[in-house]
Amino acid sequence: MVEFFFGFFAIMILFCSVMVVMSRNAIHSVLWMLVMFFHVAGVYLMLNAEFLAATQIIVYAGAILVLFLFVIMLLNLREEMNIEQLIDGWPAGLSLAVAMLVVLILALGSFSVKPWGQWSIEVVEKTTQTKALGKVLYTEYLLPFEIASLVLLVAIIGAVVLAKKKLKS
Amino acid sequence: MPGTYLPSNYLPVFIFLVVAIAFGLGALLIGAIFRIRRPYKEKLMPYESGIDPVGEPRVRFSIRFYIIAMLFVVFDVEAIFLYPWAVVFDKIGLYAFVEMVIFIFILLVGYLYAWKKEAFTWE
Repeated sequence: MVEFFFGFFAIMILFCSVMVVMSRNAIHSVLWMLVMFFHVAGVYLMLNAEFLAATQIIVYAGAILVLFLFVIMLLNLREEMNIEQLIDGWPAGLSLAVAMLVVLILALGSFSVKPWGQWSIEVVEKTTQTKALGKVLYTEYLLPFEIASLVLLVAIIGAVVLAKKKLKS
Repeated sequence: MPGTYLPSNYLPVFIFLVVAIAFGLGALLIGAIFRIRRPYKEKLMPYESGIDPVGEPRVRFSIRFYIIAMLFVVFDVEAIFLYPWAVVFDKIGLYAFVEMVIFIFILLVGYLYAWKKEAFTWE
């Protein structure tokens, strides 16, 4: 049962990702990406990470995809819809992707699954994942959490600076 | 062990999704089977209040929408951080309160910066 669900999500993620790259219409790419995000949320659920699954849908499917759509509408792609799906440099891209795959497979060889320490499935399920995450995030990982706000600050300033020239006129 | 976990309490959500997708696809499929298809040029034209469509269907959006979308992403992430914070607030107390005030203050600086740069004014 677990294998079935995982296999379904994995195949759908791969299929949707290929469709994102292969679609000629950029809006279709974004819609395929939306389907992919929902399946990634499914994988998170299978990993006992329900808060991450909800975040995946709220932030990625809800906010980041809106950003993607706005960028596509800013660009007004029309000529690009008529170009070939595979551009001239595709063999170089393919060989690079294969090289990445080899590196990943080599790295996965030394990857081992160990049982958890304090936070086993039963403990996380009993305390609920949001509570467990909150407890760890706001005590042990306080500094990364505060640094996250700085990263978000940089995102705001970057967006305003990039678009500032247009705002002045 | 990892890889053996099945979120069984999400079964209703899964059933809901399956029924919702099946309902949507089913409605389209039944419509495609039973409707009469007699297309002609005028019928296939996009409807624009009864007059012939003018110009491109897609217009270039203002760059301001990009800033608004970016701010939406940032404050959406901030709201996400508030969920686990609110859940464990009674366990951690004042410590959690102070760290969240710092977090929100840093983001407030960005918000005030965008405000000062007139990212929200539309003429």
